[in-house]
Formats: sequence, C-alpha cells, structure tokens
Amino acid sequence: MAAASASSSSPSLIDTLFQRSLDDLIRVLRSSSSAALEAAAIARALDEIRREIRSPDLDTKVVALQKLTYLASLHHFDMSWAAFHALELLPSTSLPQPRAAYLAASLSFHPSSTDLLPLATHQLRKHLAPSPSNSPAVAAPALHLLALASSPDLARHLAPDLLPILSNQSSNPLRPKAVATALRVLAVCPDTAPVLFKPLVECLSLSSDPRAVSAAIGAFCELALAAPDPSPYLPLAPEFYRLLVDSRNNWVTIKVLKIFARLAPLEPRVAARIVDPVCQLLRRFTAKSLVFECIRTVFSSLLDHDAAVRLAVDKIKEFLASDDDPNLRYLGLQALNMLGPAHSWAVEDSREVVIQSLNDTDTNIRREALRLIMGMLCDSNVVDICNMLIKYAIKSDPEFANEILDEVLATCGRNVYELIVDFDWYVSLLGEMVRNPHFAKGDEIERQLVDVGLRVRDARPELIRVARNLLIDPALLGNPFLCKVLSAAAWVSGEYVEFSRNPLELVEALLQPRTNLLPPFVRAVYVQAVFKILAYSFISFIEQIQAGESLAIGNSLNQRGGKQEGSDLVAAKSSSDQNNAFEIGDGVATADKAILFDSIEKQETFKHESISCLLNLIETVVGPLSECGEVEVQERARNVLGLILIIRGTQFWNIEEGHELTRDNKITKMVELMESAFSEELGPVSTNAQKRVSVPEGLILNENLSELLDILGDDDINPCASVSFSLRNHHSTETNQDSATAIEPNSLLAEHRKRHGLYYLPMDKDKSESNDYPCANEPLLPVSHGEDTEDIVKLPAQSLIPEKAKPTKPRPVVIRLDEGDGVSSSNLSTAKESKDDMLSGAIRDVLLRNEKKPSSTHKTSSDRTSQRRENDGSENSELISQQKESNSFGDREHGKSSSRKSRHHHKERIESSGQNRDNEEKSHRHSAKSSHHHRRHKHRQRGDAPLDIVPQSPVIQDFLL
Amino acid sequence: MIRAVIVMNTQGKPRLLKFYEFQPPEKQHELTRSVFAVLSGRPDNVSNFVEADAIFGPGTRLVYKHLATLYFVFVFDSCENELAMLDLIQVLVETLDRCFKNVCELDIVFNFNKMHTILDEIIFGGQVLETSSERVLKAVEEISRLEKSSSSVSFVPKSVSGRFGR
Repeated sequence: MAAASASSSSPSLIDTLFQRSLDDLIRVLRSSSSAALEAAAIARALDEIRREIRSPDLDTKVVALQKLTYLASLHHFDMSWAAFHALELLPSTSLPQPRAAYLAASLSFHPSSTDLLPLATHQLRKHLAPSPSNSPAVAAPALHLLALASSPDLARHLAPDLLPILSNQSSNPLRPKAVATALRVLAVCPDTAPVLFKPLVECLSLSSDPRAVSAAIGAFCELALAAPDPSPYLPLAPEFYRLLVDSRNNWVTIKVLKIFARLAPLEPRVAARIVDPVCQLLRRFTAKSLVFECIRTVFSSLLDHDAAVRLAVDKIKEFLASDDDPNLRYLGLQALNMLGPAHSWAVEDSREVVIQSLNDTDTNIRREALRLIMGMLCDSNVVDICNMLIKYAIKSDPEFANEILDEVLATCGRNVYELIVDFDWYVSLLGEMVRNPHFAKGDEIERQLVDVGLRVRDARPELIRVARNLLIDPALLGNPFLCKVLSAAAWVSGEYVEFSRNPLELVEALLQPRTNLLPPFVRAVYVQAVFKILAYSFISFIEQIQAGESLAIGNSLNQRGGKQEGSDLVAAKSSSDQNNAFEIGDGVATADKAILFDSIEKQETFKHESISCLLNLIETVVGPLSECGEVEVQERARNVLGLILIIRGTQFWNIEEGHELTRDNKITKMVELMESAFSEELGPVSTNAQKRVSVPEGLILNENLSELLDILGDDDINPCASVSFSLRNHHSTETNQDSATAIEPNSLLAEHRKRHGLYYLPMDKDKSESNDYPCANEPLLPVSHGEDTEDIVKLPAQSLIPEKAKPTKPRPVVIRLDEGDGVSSSNLSTAKESKDDMLSGAIRDVLLRNEKKPSSTHKTSSDRTSQRRENDGSENSELISQQKESNSFGDREHGKSSSRKSRHHHKERIESSGQNRDNEEKSHRHSAKSSHHHRRHKHRQRGDAPLDIVPQSPVIQDFLL
Repeated sequence: MIRAVIVMNTQGKPRLLKFYEFQPPEKQHELTRSVFAVLSGRPDNVSNFVEADAIFGPGTRLVYKHLATLYFVFVFDSCENELAMLDLIQVLVETLDRCFKNVCELDIVFNFNKMHTILDEIIFGGQVLETSSERVLKAVEEISRLEKSSSSVSFVPKSVSGRFGR
C-alpha cells in the first residue's frame, strides 16, 4: 500500500478504501511493546496522515484529521501545519466533519501559533447565527473555538454575533456557553465591553434560565477577581445580594461569596449587609464546599464582625476534627492561616490539633501546620518553638526538614531579625541547623551568618565560636551543601578573629588537608581568612612585646587606636591571669598537638615559638596554592606568602629573644600598615546605597563604551565565571583592603552611631562577658530522638502563648540602615495588570455609557454598536440629562474625599456610573418608583452636600438598605 | 477558572488533555510530566490538593482523584472552590460511568472524541456550566444521535461511501 501510493502523487482509491481509522491507529499504538516501536508506528501514521489529509474526499480528510488531533493532543505532536485542512472541513454539512474540525482547531489553534483563524470568520458567524439549520451541536464548538483561540481582532469582529444568543430569554442550551465565551472575548479584547457587558448583566436577572445565571455569575466572579480594582462592579452589588439570599444553587452561592469577598473591603456597608446571610448559610448548610467558602469569606473580608468570626472558627474546628478526611483538615488549617496575628486566639484554641498535624502523614497538612506555628512566633516564644522545630527537623523526611529550616530562617530573619532578642542563641541555632542530615539551605545560612556578624556587634564572640565548631569538623568538608556555610564561617573567623580564644587553632582548621575538597571560591575565602588571622596574631605578638617593654621602661607607649582589645588586655592583665586563661582553654575542645597547648595561653601571650610554628604551617600548606590554577586562590595565597616573607625578613625576627630591638622602625611601620588595612570595620550596605551616590559631574552613564572594546580587544581579559562569582560573593573580603569602597558603609555606620550613640555599647567590651550566659549550643549529634514526636505533641502549652517573660538581658543593637533595608520589593505582572485595567476601564465606560464623550476604547467598535444605541435612544436621552447632574454631584463629592487620591480620574465616572445603573434598573423594573427616587437623590445633593462618605455610598445604600 | 483537565493513567500516559489556556505541544508534554511526577509521589489516603504554583503559575492549585488505574486532575485558580472542584471530578467520573457502563481505562482510550464531547458539556472555556451528570448525558446522546443521522450510511466505511457518492 505504501509502495503503491508512493508512486502516485494524488491519493488513490486504494488508499481511501483501506484508510485506517482512529481506532485502528490506537490499536497499533497499544500493540507496540517498546517506545522505539511506538515512535516508528507514529512516524508511519504521520506519513499516512500527511497524504490523506490532502485528499479531496472530505471523509478521508476528516478521519486523517481525527488521527492527527489524537496524536497532537496525547502524543504532543505539532499540528499547526494542518490548520488549513481543519478550516477546509468547517463548511461541511455533515455534522461529524465540522465537529471534528472544531475539536482539532480548539485544541491546537492560538494566535501565537497560527494566524489562519481569521479565514474562518465568515464560517464562524454562519454557525453562530440563530437559524433553524444550525443545531447547537455545531454552534457550541464554534463558540468554544472562539473562546479558546480568538485573537483580539477576531473577538472584536464576532462579539456582536454573540448578542442574539446572549439575549435569548428561552432556555436555550447555548446561552450559558455564550456567556462563558463572552467572558473570554472580554478578556482578549476589552474593547468589546460596550457590546457584551449589558447582556451579561441581564443574564443575572431572575427570569433567566438558572444555568445562564450560574454561568453569568461565574463570569462576573472571574472579572471581579481578576480586576486590580474591582470598584466598577460595586453597582452590581444589589443583584449579587439578591442571588446570595435567593439562590438555591450552591455553585452560584459560592461564586457570589467570592465576589463579595472582593467587594466588601471597598465598601463597609456591603460587609455589614452580607454578614447575616453568610452566618445563616454557615449555620444552615451542610455542603462542605459552601461552608468552606463562607469561612473563607468571613476570614478574608468580615474580620470586623466578631460573631461571624467565632461561628467560622467553630466550623473550622469541625473541619479539623474530621479524622477520616484529610482534605477537610488541610483546608481547615489553611483557612486558619488566613487569620492574622490579631486573631491568634483562634489558632490558640486549636493548638493541640495544629501541633499534632505537624506529625501528619500528609505533607500538605504538615506544611500548613508549620506555617501556622511560625505565624504564632513572637519574641517570647521564639526560642522554645525554634529549638523544638529544629530538633524535629532532624528526624523528619528530607523535604519537610528543609521546609522547616526554610521557615525558621525566614521567620527569624524577617525585618532584620526583629523577633530575636538573644543573638547568642540564634547564632548557635544557625550552627545547629547545619548539623541536620538533610541540610540544603546553605545560601540562606551563609547570608545570615555574615549578616548577623555585620549588624550585631554583641553576637560576634558567639558567632566566632560557632564558626570555629563548623570549621574544625573535617566531616563537614565533603558535603557540597555546606560549602557556602563554611565559606561564611571562614569569613567570620577572619574578620572577627579578635574575639577568638584561639586564633592558631582556627588557622589549623582553615588549613586542614580536607579543605582541598572545597570549591575554589570557598578556598579563596579560607586563604584570605588565614591572611587576616596571621596579621592579627603577629600584631598582637608585637604589641604584647612592646607593652612589656613599655611597662618595664615605665613609658606607656601602647595607647593606640584600632585593636585595643589585644593590647589593652595584655597591658592590664599581663601574665597574672594565667589560671583564668587555662580555664578558658578547657572549654575549648581538646586538641592533641603541642602547638595548640602552647597557644592556649595566647590570649595573654603569643609565644615566639607559636608564631613561628604558625608561619611554618602556613608556609607548608599555602605554598602549593600559589601555583593553583584558580586565580582567586592563587592571588590570595601569594598575598599570605608575601606577608610571611616580610615578617621573616625583618631584623627583629632573626634574633631569638629580640626584646631590645623592637623599636626597629621597620616592624613598627609594618604593624601600623597591617593594622590600618584590617582595622576598618565592615558594616552592612543598604540596598539603596548605590542610588544615593550622586553621579560625578562630567560622567555620562549611558555613554556607549564600545571604544573600550577596541582597547581591551582581547577576549582572554574577560574574567571567567568562577572568578566573578567569588568576587560577588565575597566582595566584603575585598573591601577590607579597598578603603575606597569601605568608606560608604563606615561613614553610614559612624553617622548612625553619632545619632543613636546612646544605644551603642562601648566599643571595648570585655570578652569574658560572653561566658556569663549558658552555652546554648550542645553540638547536636544525629542520635535517635525517639521521644521527639511525643515531645512535639506535648509541647508545653505555654510555648504558643505569647507570655510576657522578662528578658534576661536587653536586646543588642542591630544595625538597620533604612526602611528599604533587607526588603526586596518586587512589582510583578505589570503587563497583565495593564490589560485588566483596560478591561475595568472599559466596564466603567459601559456602566457610565457616556455618549457625549466616547472614550478611545469605544472607537473601534462604535460603528457596530451605534445601531444598538439608536434602538436604546429613547431611554438614553433621558439618561444623558441625568448624567450631567450625577457628574456634577460626583465632582463635588470627590473633592471632599481625601482618601481616594490615586484614582481621581476614574472616581467621577464610577460615581455617575453607579447612579446610571441605578437609574437604568429603576426605569426597567420599577418605573413607578423611579421618579421618587430621583427626587430623593437631588434632595441629598442639596441637603447633604458636606457628607464625607465615600463616593459610591449613595448607590449602594439605595439598593441595600 | 479551570485552567486544565488532565486524565492520565498511573504510568503517566495521558488519556485526556484539555488546556483552557493555550499551551504549545512541548509545553503540554512538560506540564503533564511534572503533574505526574507530583502525583506519583503522593501516597493514598492523603489530601487531594496540590499547590501548583511551580507548574502552572502563581495562585494555581490542582485537585486530583486516583481511581483504579487513572488519575483525574483539575487545575484551577482562586476563582474556584476547592471542594467544589473535588465534587466536579465526581460528576465527570459519574457521567463517564453512566455513559460507558462501568467505565474503565480502555473506554477512555478508544473514545477520544466522545470524551471531549462529554467534557465540553461540563466545562466550557474554563467555566463550569453543568453539574448534573444526567443532563450532560442527555446532551451527549443528542449530539451522537445527530451525528449518526447526519452521516446516513453507517455500515459501509465512510470513506467508501463518500467515494461512491460522487
């Protein structure tokens, strides 16, 4: 067969006789046992289809199209090439053919993939036209195609054709479908609002077919929820309210509730009005979906009404108690999460269930419970709860463990650590998190370790202790998730080395053999930390000798700025506190090397031997790195080696007990130099810092730099990815040496200090103070915590209650630069919003129906709608005169409303639009009342002019009250 | 609105795909696979909702039901009620059951067009239009009756009759 057809270009009779049907194709695909066989079968089928679909015989064509649709839909093949063939089948009079074509088109057509649909405009119009020859069986798929695949142009052209179906009062099965289509058409092309909006509103009326009402309320729900500003829909509130009270259809009630949840915040009287019906529904109905929607409405929009909130919380408890249905428990917890901190009593009421849920088999439920618990955190219970959660994370599954860590990090770090009082505890908690076997949050911990160091001066001693514990453990080095944390720890150890009890131990940890497992950018940080520690140790050593000398001579030369810590201590205590030093040393993990024993006393005395041991060690390990392929590592290694070379080169060093020669100018100079290099303190940098830097005169920022290319020309100069990466991540390390960049944060810091000096603790804080607090961190071993689950369940009742325990010590100063600090503001989906704005703008226009000043959105469709308008002419002429009044009314009023500055230009229109609807409704149904109503309105204009209510209120009042 | 309806078997083979917001074929493939990856990782007797922000964009969720060898999945956004969507899956399954008399995966495999006809009666352009399986069934039967009467010769293969008719 294949050979026969290959010879002739046009399909033969044989082909059509033996054409495989869709069922045949499915059977072949099912019988192919392997993926390869299936792919071959599909390729063969596609070949056949390509041939058959060109057949002049429509029956052959339609079968081919069906097969292609099947393959495209379920096997993901592109079928846009066959778009034209689908269109060819649309005019056929045999029902299955256009239906198959519509199916194919609605599954595959879109303005982004095919531009052929406009060719079918005429055919679509024909199928939509209300004639006896058109059965709904072909009009419905035509509507569906229009709903799913139309471009703005096509939507604009065909929108008027929806009108006959939309306004059809009988129970035409097409009417709900036309409503759903109109919704999509409106979304694609907001210009059609003037045509489509009124019939949609009419669908809401009592007389309509219940299915049309249901579809219309669905459409309004969609419109109101998508609009950035739903106020244009406020005038419809009376209609919605009627449905809320009268409707017996749960689907409709749910949608109405959703709309009200969106409208209630705009207009307090809407909220007051719907409270009763919502409570009624909550009490009367058992359908869970409806009850849940009521709860959600109450929690999102009716929080001011205590009775409703209590009723809803009671219902939530029922949800939470349903042991056999995880869905209800999940949704119950989720609803609780909607409540803000103002209603924490609701969570408190269900505390046991919430905590128990942390242990549920369902990840959804656990996650919601976790969110609830985190929402309850306050500064008095944060320690208990976080400790409990971190312990619990150790034995939960990897995914949830990391979710817990994530939540804890996010909550504690929120708003520059506003919850944290005891930073020693928090820093050790960070260290503890790292020990979690499933740990994968390296980036955030890295950031917070460094950030706490920069911002909280008082936390530095504890920070360096945590860093030391991390650095010293060889087991951590092989874990790729941890290298970021280790990098932060290394940076901390270098930057705050003056708080360390044992700098030499740190150097050993930083240079241990397994560090070669680290990625280069972390190694670079390690080497730089070694550099800083070496410099610090050497300076301390020299100062200590000088201090000794000066004491001996009786000349106090040692009052130098910068590193007072070391020198002061040395001067004050000299070697009398040997015992104390040994005590401190005992607290440190035991080390077996002689050099470490030596250095236990370092705090008081750096020995000549220990320094020379240090130099040897560094030289041995860092030496090979100066040949390293990674430039970052290589450069820093060479820096370190250079420093060692200078130290060794001094005359002083070569004399064993060189006390007499310390006046050597060279040494003094060098120490001064190194001190000045590292004594500048690094501070946090505001996210807005760059913006504050004024552009220097004569510098044109957007000047083309293309000439630079000629100069640089060489591609090799571009830094490789890893280099730039490390530069970015550890820029703070660099800024240390680069005083130019360090000026900015430091000046800010100084300024802050000047202003709030009161809250700053004295600079030279005694180190021993940090030992006054119990050590919060017992390095946690991954042993079995069998009792943890029970622990969690038995979590002390008070731990969730924000009890006002007296803080044992004042909260340390946390540096905050400005409001924007640490907050990344993001404004997304602007494109979408602009479209929605267009739509609500269009709808405002419709409700306003301002004939005199047609807005730009009307123009394109005005030719089509003008006809309609003429029909409504008599009604309109009356309206226009009223409009003038209402406009002036609106003007006067919005001048008084101060709270609505942002949308001034719209307000006026909403105002009058509301009134228009108002008038329209009246003239439609209550024509007798209407005249009275207007009079009443005018009355208010005159009498109540100084009202300071929101502009919409009169409208709502008239309908609801 | 409802963003998508997916019926797939427990091996991840799609049986019915309908996206109410256009997705190109490759994207459909990717979405189906990610949905399957999420669903296959979930044990039975847990809740039927999954937050689908990562797959279908912000604010979306999916609800699914695992019946015999099939997953029935609805993807929806904040305009729909979660529990109502769960009910709607029940409506769909009930309708299929009545339509095919004890529906099984094979019925769904071999009735590609009919599946779409049924689904289009329940959900239209992402909006729920009909929740009574009886009325859906009636509408579907009416359509197939019309289709049959429209193509007059049903016992001779259509292609042949078409050829001889000219």
